[in-house]
Amino acid sequence: MERREGISKLLGRELYIDDVPMDRGLWGATVRSPSPRGRIREVRFSPDVNWDEFVVVDHRDIPGENHVWLIESDQPVLAADSVRHVHEPVVLLAHHSREMVHRAVRSVEVIVDPAPPVLDFRLPPGADGIQHGTDNVFSHIVIRKGDVDAALADAPVVIEGTYETGAQEHVYLENQGMVAWIDGDVVVVKGSLQCPYYVHAALTHGLGRAEDRVRVIQSPTGGGFGGKEEYPSVLALHVALLALKAGAPVKMIYDRPEDMAATTKRHPAWIRHRTGVDLDGRLLAQAVEVVFDGGAYVTLSPVVLSRGLIHAGGPYACDNVRIDGRAVLTNSVPFGAFRGFGAPQTIFAVERQMDKIAEELGMDPVELRRMNLIREGQSTATGQIIRDGADRLEVLDRALDLSAYREKQEEHARFNAAHEDLRRGVGLSTYFHGAGFTGGGEVHLSSVAKVEARPDGRIEVLTSNIEMGQGTLTIFTQIASESLGLEPDDVVIAEADTFRVPNSGPTVASRTVMVVGRLIEKACADLVAKLGDSDLRGPDLKQAIVDWYRKHSGGVLDGAARYEPPPGTSWDEDSYRGDAYGAFAWGACVVEVEVDLRTLGTRVLDVVAVQEVGKVLNELLARGQIQGGVVQAIGWALMEECVWSDGAMVNNQLTNYMIPTSDDVPPIRVDFLEAPYAHGTGGAKGIGELPVDGPAPAVAAAIEAATGTHPRVIPVTPERLMELYDGA
Amino acid sequence: MAHDAREDTVHVEFTLNGKVVSVEAQPADRLLDTIRYGLALPGTKEGCGEGECGSCTVLLDGLPANSCLVPTYQVRGRTVETVESLSEEDVAPLLRTGATQCGACTPGVVMTATWIRRHPEVLEAQGIRALMAGNLCRCTGYDGIVEGVEALVARETGG
Ligand code: FES
Ligand code: FES
Repeated sequence: MERREGISKLLGRELYIDDVPMDRGLWGATVRSPSPRGRIREVRFSPDVNWDEFVVVDHRDIPGENHVWLIESDQPVLAADSVRHVHEPVVLLAHHSREMVHRAVRSVEVIVDPAPPVLDFRLPPGADGIQHGTDNVFSHIVIRKGDVDAALADAPVVIEGTYETGAQEHVYLENQGMVAWIDGDVVVVKGSLQCPYYVHAALTHGLGRAEDRVRVIQSPTGGGFGGKEEYPSVLALHVALLALKAGAPVKMIYDRPEDMAATTKRHPAWIRHRTGVDLDGRLLAQAVEVVFDGGAYVTLSPVVLSRGLIHAGGPYACDNVRIDGRAVLTNSVPFGAFRGFGAPQTIFAVERQMDKIAEELGMDPVELRRMNLIREGQSTATGQIIRDGADRLEVLDRALDLSAYREKQEEHARFNAAHEDLRRGVGLSTYFHGAGFTGGGEVHLSSVAKVEARPDGRIEVLTSNIEMGQGTLTIFTQIASESLGLEPDDVVIAEADTFRVPNSGPTVASRTVMVVGRLIEKACADLVAKLGDSDLRGPDLKQAIVDWYRKHSGGVLDGAARYEPPPGTSWDEDSYRGDAYGAFAWGACVVEVEVDLRTLGTRVLDVVAVQEVGKVLNELLARGQIQGGVVQAIGWALMEECVWSDGAMVNNQLTNYMIPTSDDVPPIRVDFLEAPYAHGTGGAKGIGELPVDGPAPAVAAAIEAATGTHPRVIPVTPERLMELYDGA
Repeated sequence: MAHDAREDTVHVEFTLNGKVVSVEAQPADRLLDTIRYGLALPGTKEGCGEGECGSCTVLLDGLPANSCLVPTYQVRGRTVETVESLSEEDVAPLLRTGATQCGACTPGVVMTATWIRRHPEVLEAQGIRALMAGNLCRCTGYDGIVEGVEALVARETGG
């Protein structure tokens, strides 16, 4: 099935939030902290502006609790007396002119008595830098399996390596934006977002309103990648506060520089491995230390850390593992959800470490991985036994075959000998990604999906999961129409409006198809069962629905399903032992690069990504997800670098924060292997994030093969490669 | 940015999607805003406002231009085409290759693609990847777009 809303998007008819005209509304804007840390001494409004024309909101206008509801309540909606990062919101303005309101922002001065900021997450904070608990640690998690210290002491070889990855900006092409208005005694917020019920909860807390007096509606969302997971709660509170005070609709649309400077990014990471191996290369012990930069407030850092740590050992079997990780405070913009959610960072490190082990043992990195990849019946770092029928060796071999990995190595030896200024190399990574929420997350969410029959025989699907480009509308249509034997046109997907749709959880964690899709199947079955004949399908079903409505005037024929964990899974949150995810998807990636020794620029020549994803429900959409994810990861590996000053991103423009163009990447060759997952929709496991895990270490490995340098820090920009040459 | 005070406005007449339109514009008004807000054609998108992303691409006298960088007064007497001028048939091949995901870059992509379709001879000097490099897309990884443009051109040239 082709993308359902595709034609509308191709013809520019999809109305994003900035595209909807607003009658008699105001434009909102944000006055932000100029300083990374300190007490707010004064907020000075320039006398040159007639402030009577403006609606002005500060922390005193917050009717509820002044914090953004999430894991902890440390992040204020608007700073009250102190600030913790540059660009922290302090005052909100609204005016009927978009231009005037943005100009007025410059006429408000936030004067801060500075305190010493904590800017390097890798260093322990000084006593005067403590701002959270006693040590600035937001979250500390340890995963333990076997006896690492004994195994390291006994291991014939112990290899150490330290790795770092940088922040990454999401660069969804549609910036953050929202509108709020008052409808009777209900505050309505509509905008670009991934998680309607997160926003809903944030609004009920921050505005101090009952759940039924807050309504959140998702508008078509021009990309998210995690960037519209938690941040929209902040923007929703701001726009709602302005609308409440103004008594009129208010719209806030960030421009690109504000969006890049003020919103979340991928967590920077520092990771150290100590690995014990035998002389054949078998893993005996993995000791991994992880530090993530959490930024100024807790936001989602503990869960990002959790996923990062669970993936930190890689897709390998090892009996003795200790993964010890912390997410810590710095005085920079909070880091947050970004496709992969901590796993790309830790997988970069473990994959680079595998290459280091291979080099030190004089082994082929392919054979090292082949030896250690998890076999059926072996377990991950948390002790989750893998028995999913997927063949991880086949994933590896398919990637080697398709990429002609061996042939390329020979060809490169000849090429490099024949060229003075060009060096080619090929690199490999193997990886995995747990689909759905971690551990008991899905159980806590207790998601519900609904379907409702319409009197004309069509079926409406009601969930809070949203379309942001990844294909939810299409896949949900496909799932409902196939399970009911109806035509796609007979299926309607309800707008994600909290007044209508149940809470089927957030649109994150590669869970939409695997988890919510399954609920839709069950809800469909529930609906059909109410007609007294569970085998009804297709035209017969349609007719039965029409007849039902004739008999039950005023009634509603619907079906619902609530999440239940797959039987036999168990997870212990305290010890971090057990089945971390319902299923893992598996991948192998081969990247070929050419480095120009004159410029030290790296060009990617070829990428092969092989993914085992349970079952591919829609080949075109799945392929597009993988290709897009791979290119994002190539950007992170080679060119996307946030430049910081006082914890603020200073290259907050697309002119100097570069993402890959069509001319920077080759065709991304994707292949799928399928080992159906019994508890996923039609056998599917999540696929959205897996593709982001593999390319960065493969790029670094390819540069290593080409140049003989050892990239351990990304992005591998020409400057960084120069340092590697100088240091070598 | 839409202007409030209408001082210093100039009268600008141009052809938009085949029809003559006239607007009052201030010197700093951007064509992007004139189209989106003044003339209520929101298909053309703003991604960066500084000529980097191509979301705001329109055809100006038949050539792709970033409408965020074009002052409205400069299009006086000229021809502007936006995504709203296209039909379903014009874009159908792009649907089949997966050229759109979130859709935010799409109108700009489609306009550059339309230019290439009309002038396949430009492909003699440069490949599709180079010609499309001014249109950033964060979703597709570009394969769906490149294959879509190939399909458009093939349909046009009977190839
Ligand atoms: S908005 Fe014009 S190029 Fe980005
Ligand atoms: S489709 Fe989302 S940016 Fe291109």
